[in-house]
Amino acid sequence: MASAPTQEASASAPNRSPIVITLVAWLIPGGGHFLLSRRGRAAVIFACVLLTFFVGVLMRGPMFQPHGGDLLTTLIQWGGFLGDLASGLAYLLTVWLGYAQPDAAGHVHDYGSKLIVAAGLLNILAMVDAWEIAKGEKD
Amino acid sequence: MKLNLTHFEVSILFALVSSVILGVVTKKTDRERVRYGIQCFVYFLVALFGIGWAMHFLHG
Repeated sequence: MASAPTQEASASAPNRSPIVITLVAWLIPGGGHFLLSRRGRAAVIFACVLLTFFVGVLMRGPMFQPHGGDLLTTLIQWGGFLGDLASGLAYLLTVWLGYAQPDAAGHVHDYGSKLIVAAGLLNILAMVDAWEIAKGEKD
Repeated sequence: MKLNLTHFEVSILFALVSSVILGVVTKKTDRERVRYGIQCFVYFLVALFGIGWAMHFLHG
């Protein structure tokens, strides 16, 4: 019984390259699922990722910058930068529009910074899911 | 406009969105997704309060 909607969704989903699906899923959270005709899940992913990202921005969280130093600093900065970048267009537009919060002291800024990274990590989960659906490995 | 959320509020927000995304990307049916999302959220809350009280007692 549970597999009936699965087959229907797979049959109605347009046949697109998993790379294109994943690229769209990166740029627009939930975009990959939308292209795969999983509209409800796309809307949920879109709302959750953008809510997390923009709450982080409204808390004035600084973005991580990809620069080096000692090993731990390099890991934190590059890891944080990749997490920020994983939010796709939300990150790119925010930076292009001039958001450049300095890394100020204070717990509110720190929480904001972590929420922005968390948004990107949640989007990575959605990208992996979209990739697997596009490859036919799962529904 | 600037939000000044507390650690607790940020933790609840993170638990909520993480639970929803985990439910959406890991389960097959909507019923399983809702159930798993609620389960993850409860686990987050248990960890949040558990670690909070543990730190309270450890710090005295």
